[in-house]
Amino acid sequence: MPKRTDIHKILVIGSGPIIIGQAAEFDYSGTQACLALREEGYEVVLVNSNPATIMTDKEIADKVYIEPLTTEFVSQILRKELPDAILPTIGGQIGLNLAMALANSGILDELHIELLGTKLSAIDQAEDRELFKNLMQKLHQPIPESAIAHNFDEAKAFAEKIGYPVIIRPAFTMGGTGGGIAKTEDELRTITENGLNLSPVTQVLVERSIAGFKEIEFEVMRDAADNAIVVCNMENFDPVGIHTGDSVVFAPVQTLTDKEVQMLRDASLKIIRALKIEGGCNVQLALDPNSFKYYVIEVNPRVSRSSALASKATGYPIAKMAAKIAVGLHLDEIKNPITDATYAEFEPMLDYVVAKIPRFPFDKFEHGDRTLGTQMKATGEVMAIGRNIEESLLKAVRGLEVGAIHLELAAAKPLSDQALTDLIVTPTDMRLFYLAEALRRGFTLGELAELSHINIFFLDKIKHIIELEDDLKAHPGDLEVLRTAKRNGFADQEVAKLWGQTMDEVRDLRRANQLTPVYKMVDTCAGEFASTTPYFYSTYETENESQKSGRKSVLVLGSGPIRIGQGVEFDYATVHSVKAIQKAGYEAIIMNSNPETVSTDFSISDKLYFEPLTIEDVLNVIDLEQPLGVIVQFGGQTAINLAAPLAAHGVKILGTSLDDLDAAEDRDRFDEIITKLNIPQPVGDTATDKAGAIAIGEKIGYPVLVRPSYVLGGRAMEIVHSSAELADYIDRAVSVSNDHPVLIDQYLVGKECEVDAICDGETVVIPGIMEHIERAGVHSGDSMAVYPPQDFSQAIQGQIERYTIDLAHALHCIGIMNIQFIVHDDQVYVIEVNPRASRTVPFLSKVTDISMAQLATQAILGLKLKDLGFENGLQPLRDGVHVKAPVFSFSKLNDVDSTLGPEMKSTGEVMGSDSTLEKALYKAFEASHTHLPAHGIALFTVADPDKPEAVALAKRFREVGYQIDATAGTAEALRAAGIRTKVIAKLGESGEDAILDAISDRKLQLVINTTSQDKATTSDGYRIRQAAIMHGVPLMTSLDTARAIVQVLESRAFTTKPL
Amino acid sequence: MKRYLILEDGSVFPGEGFGAETVTTGEIVFNTGMSGYQETITDQSYNGQIITFTYPLIGNAGINRDDYESINPTAKGVVVHEAARVTGNWRAQMTLDEFLRRKHIPGIAGIDTRALTKRLREAGTMKASIVDAADEHAFDQLRALVLPKNQVAQVATTQAYPAPGTGKDIVVVDFGLKHSILRELSKRECNVTVVPPTITASEILELNPDGVMLTNGPGDPKDVPGALDMIRGVEGHIPMFGICLGHQLFALANGADTFKMKYGHRGFNHPVREIATGRIDFTSQNHGYAVDPNSIDPDQLLVTHEEINDHTVEGLRHRLYPAFSVQFHPDAAPGPHDAAHLFDEFMEMMDAFSANKGASHAKTY
Repeated sequence: MPKRTDIHKILVIGSGPIIIGQAAEFDYSGTQACLALREEGYEVVLVNSNPATIMTDKEIADKVYIEPLTTEFVSQILRKELPDAILPTIGGQIGLNLAMALANSGILDELHIELLGTKLSAIDQAEDRELFKNLMQKLHQPIPESAIAHNFDEAKAFAEKIGYPVIIRPAFTMGGTGGGIAKTEDELRTITENGLNLSPVTQVLVERSIAGFKEIEFEVMRDAADNAIVVCNMENFDPVGIHTGDSVVFAPVQTLTDKEVQMLRDASLKIIRALKIEGGCNVQLALDPNSFKYYVIEVNPRVSRSSALASKATGYPIAKMAAKIAVGLHLDEIKNPITDATYAEFEPMLDYVVAKIPRFPFDKFEHGDRTLGTQMKATGEVMAIGRNIEESLLKAVRGLEVGAIHLELAAAKPLSDQALTDLIVTPTDMRLFYLAEALRRGFTLGELAELSHINIFFLDKIKHIIELEDDLKAHPGDLEVLRTAKRNGFADQEVAKLWGQTMDEVRDLRRANQLTPVYKMVDTCAGEFASTTPYFYSTYETENESQKSGRKSVLVLGSGPIRIGQGVEFDYATVHSVKAIQKAGYEAIIMNSNPETVSTDFSISDKLYFEPLTIEDVLNVIDLEQPLGVIVQFGGQTAINLAAPLAAHGVKILGTSLDDLDAAEDRDRFDEIITKLNIPQPVGDTATDKAGAIAIGEKIGYPVLVRPSYVLGGRAMEIVHSSAELADYIDRAVSVSNDHPVLIDQYLVGKECEVDAICDGETVVIPGIMEHIERAGVHSGDSMAVYPPQDFSQAIQGQIERYTIDLAHALHCIGIMNIQFIVHDDQVYVIEVNPRASRTVPFLSKVTDISMAQLATQAILGLKLKDLGFENGLQPLRDGVHVKAPVFSFSKLNDVDSTLGPEMKSTGEVMGSDSTLEKALYKAFEASHTHLPAHGIALFTVADPDKPEAVALAKRFREVGYQIDATAGTAEALRAAGIRTKVIAKLGESGEDAILDAISDRKLQLVINTTSQDKATTSDGYRIRQAAIMHGVPLMTSLDTARAIVQVLESRAFTTKPL
Repeated sequence: MKRYLILEDGSVFPGEGFGAETVTTGEIVFNTGMSGYQETITDQSYNGQIITFTYPLIGNAGINRDDYESINPTAKGVVVHEAARVTGNWRAQMTLDEFLRRKHIPGIAGIDTRALTKRLREAGTMKASIVDAADEHAFDQLRALVLPKNQVAQVATTQAYPAPGTGKDIVVVDFGLKHSILRELSKRECNVTVVPPTITASEILELNPDGVMLTNGPGDPKDVPGALDMIRGVEGHIPMFGICLGHQLFALANGADTFKMKYGHRGFNHPVREIATGRIDFTSQNHGYAVDPNSIDPDQLLVTHEEINDHTVEGLRHRLYPAFSVQFHPDAAPGPHDAAHLFDEFMEMMDAFSANKGASHAKTY
């Protein structure tokens, strides 16, 4: 059937802020879907609360609403826009849930709006456990047997019927609390009884354990004519038991015979057909490693993280096709955009191996629980393509940026065999590395297979890597051994280490002997048809398929896997840089390793190299492409860190020179510049050892802000209050040395703000100032921020403007830079200069309507800002007030402290825009799921220094109709100020956890908790915060945030005053 | 052991030998399936051919007792990027290397199979050899090689044998049959007699089966001219179903022509449209020849299926007789089961035919 002509206007729902489990993949799928619908001639209206996305760029849809994804706001948009239909299946779970809520609210019927793609009934059938179970039974598709038990005997009866092990899941506890796997009756008794206690309804689900089965995924698509295809299948390295988002995954499946592949393909297609899905769908299956027995684990009736991975792994654009199917097109009517010779009704064939490794946030959350299970914990992922498993795996490892260039972890060396065994049995984020260490110590494949349940085929690949290490060690300089190592993915740097050489010596040897990589095309068809996709990966084979074009080219480095501190914002900037390069008439070449993002969609750039971002891999591409230069300003710390080694190899860094990048990041050189410019900054110094650090601390006076140099996202940055704390920090957080100095600064209390500046060497364009709501001490990425600034006088803004212009000139900035300021006693101080794009670029670009990354790229390419119509200095103010609010993923991570501080902790952001600050704040809170009713109870438990401020705040909460609960000390202060306060016993005071009960019973609507510098995770405050997060009670750990929210409440309330 | 794959066009691909250590020559082809190498290698339609696998890792699941498509494969060689040394499947009994040694088939690994595939895509299939030294002598030998024309005779049974069942009586004419065809018939409880390709029409009619199945097989259909008379003598009298080579022979017997394709269809992601319904199946394919669509006499044959991308004739039905054929493998193995329903259609055709025959008999008597 050709596309539908009875609908004209379509609303697309995005996925909102990035949280663990719902990340940049939805920017990719959403962008693709919007463009696909427009390509078919539909008018597209987009709503998404996340400004840090390409999807919310004006060019992507006819109309873009950056508004909270709540029924309240989306209903308003529906009434205004009156679309004919909604496409709900490309905005992840958030998009689906919102569509269902809208349907249930009746507005869709009222306005005659149709849901495109998969029908709600199908979504229900896939998502509702009971309906899903019924459907699977009808289709004769096995799912793990389960039963509900109200007591131990019921649990035991079921376990004996189906056999141990069984999984026990208490009903209605968050995040799998109290669940576990029982292998024996004794274990079953312990876990069940504990689970029944924890469950508010005294109920547990007992389920057959299929942990240890092979975990297989099928990405399938179906159209309205019932054509159904498998786009990609994948096999998890980690067997069932670890969330697939946290598993190492290979595509295609590796250890299955065709009989098994076809059996699972049949099952997947049967399911998608029964669900009548029109679009994409992900089917997760568990296959017994010792028989043909299998179970259907889960079905996601929408595009997902896995479908983004499958799209990048095969080249087949699932989201784009899903959008076209949703408007009635059939797969055999759509051309496959990769080959242009075949139709979308095509099952891709790979002639390479894809490896995906998740990226975890535990480098930021040193106390976080690293155990992996059914709750996803990864923030991002890296993908690599190679011609065998070893090659793709090692490329992915070095793309991870966890300090390992090879499958080797220094931290694993000192472990005892027993400790190592434990870390293999109980999986954590680094198990892959522990397995390698175990093999180095002589553990056998059989032992490891038994301990980990990982297929021996995969374990042997790691063993092969270890054998190659030995081979290299035994044959220094041997070209044949080197060739074999390179074909198996070894980095030059690893070879250099084993040979006692430098990376450059290995590289030179390779190049002198023509041992250089070739680049192969990703074409969906294993070379069967000619295609022209500009999508390449490196390997050590004979034929190179990537030819340098005759055009002048520029290479842009992406930002690698998404992690806390380096999120989708950098992908946004990368994509914009590419666009500007193309507009300027150059060929734009991109390198990146992140499968989730828009930048790795091969249609974005002129050429995409899906490669790890290491010096070796980048130089190899440069050797082939000979670009005019490399742009490193948009790929976050990943790209900027490559500037120096690239320049050392004679590569031209476009934009701000390496020397000036260094001047901005080197403390002494920066101090010199800033002194010369007469710009104040907090007093500070650099220490290269502990004694030096303490001397500096005492000289400056505590509190001081301490951090290692050259970091992103405030990693390991802390405020310390004494020499003892400083000494502890240095022992714990950093290895201080001459190469890795520590920066110690005076800690000023005041308002923080930041600006981004674009400079061509003459003109300095400052799109706007973002004022932070939380005072200094909270990382800028975790602060709420507002444009335009609300509290700064013209004089202050003038100071900011002047300092920015002076710094841009002094640092010879060509391109973009970011400066953080603090305003203390009406004086502006510079805290930090980042000579690159920061995470504020998309937000500010959107609110000021200046495409900052494009403008910066134009400056980098030599265009003059004046010629582009820009004046020097702060740009004219835009209408409205715009608030950026951070979004956190604490509920996904055990044992991570949610108190905000100088270390960044948020995973995403939302934007609220309106005509007044209060309205914008309200939207920002709503969009970040911090909903406060008009009245309720607020719990105050604050540190001593914060008590005077807490009093003022509590008064305001009382005034709008809130009741105040407080712990004893806080209550005393509040009562002394005449505020009616109910005292809640501190934990353990009365032997009961009154506070925790109040939180878990949702008697509290808000928790305001501040702490002194008490890092002990056992502290009361910590437990209160964890409880609030677990139960979804809004939590404020900064009084400034609380002040913002009370301001919103005040603006919404009428005042009631007695005569 | 260092060995070389050499091609008729002069190209040399150095690699590591595995499997049998003999020198081999044959026609080199490529297969794009990512699984099912055991089925592919043991498919007799690859007789005389050197099989290149485009998926780089072959042998991961080993070789098992169940997935043979013939017991003594006659492919001439296997070309891979990498052959697995450790297998990861519960059914594996031996590695691919061991299997190829036992079956005297040489393999070569470490080949840039993508470069090779592209060469074959551009230049077409050609003669190739796996040798210990890529010298002038080897190329002389290769150039002098004449590809055999008696491939069906090499692989088909010479003696009829039964595959008993309790249902319909089927004569399977073996041109190099894949076991999966027998498995599909067995699933439908057929009582099968497999007969040599040299069987005559009258011999088949004497057996009075409910249906006749023409199997797949290797080589050029024009090298099996004897089968055409057999087909012409049987069609109309007994329902007939042809697969792959059987399809091409059915076409030739009814006046159509076949041609050699540049590099054929070998893999199992070929989308095939059933023209009458629009239904699309992903099909398992292995053919180097195809029916020329312009040669089809529309009074005799109806094109029922086509490949959606290159429009290859994928299925034919006789206008007058209960007879049809498909170019692909509805028996899959390896590959998707999408088209297995064609066996059911064959069963229905036989039912309808016998019902019809019963009715006409009733009229006569």
